[in-house]
Amino acid sequence: MSIIRVENLVKSYGGLTAIDGISFEVEEGTIFGFLGPNGAGKTTTINVLCTLISATSGKAFINGHDCAKEPSNVRKSIGIVFQDTTLDKDLTARENLVFHAYLYGVKKSEIRTRVHDALTFVGLYERKDDLVKKYSGGMKRRLEVARGLIHRPRVLFLDEPTLGLDPQSRANLWGVITEMPKKHNVTIFMTTHYMEEAEVCDNIAIIDNGKIIAEGSPEELKKTVGGDVISLRTRDNHWSRQEIKKMFGIDSEEKDGELYLTTGRGDACIPELIRGLGDMVLSVKLQRPTINDVFLKLTGKAIRDEDVSGMSNIKEEVRAYRRRH
Amino acid sequence: MEFNAIYVLVAREFKKFIRERSRLVSAIARPLLWLFLVGAGMSRLVSPKAGMPYTQFIFPGILGMTILFSSIFSSISIIWDKEFGFFKEILAAPVSRLSIVIGKGLSGTVVSTIQASIVLLLFPVLGLKLGLFQILEVLIIAIAVSFCISTFGILLATFYESYESFSVIMNFIVMPMFFLSGAMYPVKLLPKPLAVATKLNPLTYGIDALKNAIFPLEEGPMSADFSLVTDMAVILFLSFTFVVIAARLFERKK
Repeated sequence: MSIIRVENLVKSYGGLTAIDGISFEVEEGTIFGFLGPNGAGKTTTINVLCTLISATSGKAFINGHDCAKEPSNVRKSIGIVFQDTTLDKDLTARENLVFHAYLYGVKKSEIRTRVHDALTFVGLYERKDDLVKKYSGGMKRRLEVARGLIHRPRVLFLDEPTLGLDPQSRANLWGVITEMPKKHNVTIFMTTHYMEEAEVCDNIAIIDNGKIIAEGSPEELKKTVGGDVISLRTRDNHWSRQEIKKMFGIDSEEKDGELYLTTGRGDACIPELIRGLGDMVLSVKLQRPTINDVFLKLTGKAIRDEDVSGMSNIKEEVRAYRRRH
Repeated sequence: MEFNAIYVLVAREFKKFIRERSRLVSAIARPLLWLFLVGAGMSRLVSPKAGMPYTQFIFPGILGMTILFSSIFSSISIIWDKEFGFFKEILAAPVSRLSIVIGKGLSGTVVSTIQASIVLLLFPVLGLKLGLFQILEVLIIAIAVSFCISTFGILLATFYESYESFSVIMNFIVMPMFFLSGAMYPVKLLPKPLAVATKLNPLTYGIDALKNAIFPLEEGPMSADFSLVTDMAVILFLSFTFVVIAARLFERKK
């Protein structure tokens, strides 16, 4: 069953179209990655799904509830970790979670255990009575994840959850996120522009300029850019090329003294390759395509080198639009 | 309406109010400054023959001012919450906008009523004699006025997105509201244009109600300007209006 269903969703601000007719479905219990450069429409999509803004046209359903018509039911079904911190820094971690529990109508008798469990899950129980302003960025983000789980949502939205975190905090948070679908019976919908993070997702949709340009599992998407590339250095490139041709029937390319061959499953090819070429091989390197290569192929630009000034222009335009209406 | 949400919004405000000592201290210090520095100085200019000493006359006004500042401060903390993101946590919850407005309104009501009660304790120092019934009357009025001004503050907060607007609100809305409220001078003595502006100010009716309760003078320049019934009717009507409009404005999705 699809826990999220989006049909032809459009959101425009005056002349600016932030989301341009997107459709997708998310399977229950999976981690779904919504990928794209800044300003592609990721956050706008989340805001529509979370019923914070209304769509210009199209439909969105979460847990079977229409985001436009039953916002209250949708809100009960979801937890959200926004891009910017939305904690009360003048309250303690525990108080923030208790506040949330009351706000979402959690039964009073259950609040204590739920808060305890959530804090333990993200490893913050020891620091529960510290004011949030004393927390580091990574701790805050984990606390927000814990808060998002307090009311037992069916879907947890994470908008750029690892943005601005140091590598250790990122790894820590990733551990927490990947554990969640099984442990808390929740579907994860996350946006990111870190390609490595997308690899962990069960399914990915790549969005650019408000349109979904590719969809599928990371493996499927990577297949679209061709297979793995094995590069090797040998004692005799000419001889090796002929051997490789005999073994796999593939022409390899020679570039800068190295041989490059493209195959479907590079990791499976390597042992055979070494057996065949014997001690002619000096070194072997396997390069697998990344999601970034997928993005590069589809749009002709790398996902990270987004135009920052262009982005702030869009934000400025949206703000101006809001002021007028 | 979600009572759990209303309760927790009030609890949050109360907790923060108790934690921030400086807020409490400045909230109590401001009325004292006005009462004993401005009031004491001005009382030399105003003949007590007009009905009572000036420091006594401005006491309801000072109570009103305490309520005005703390209610508005509590409500426009919404702007602060908007800027620092916390308001999103509230808006994304399965809670009706009406509950949010009432919850924030009651938050302001609780903290300003507490502060007004502390200032009220000064009445013997000023030579005022209040019976138990009068004290109760003042407290009930204080609650109603606090709610009215808090909801007005929430309405203001819906129009601003950044905390820089704080000084604009203070200088162009709160201070004029204080001066044009009959706090420092009787409304009936004001020149016509000012009197009209004063009558459009919700705080005027709150302070007038307090005057009615604290010194029930029949007549004279320092007596109350309207009847207590009129005052309370206006306050309740305005509170209701502010709540409805503010809830509507929060409902608006962009």
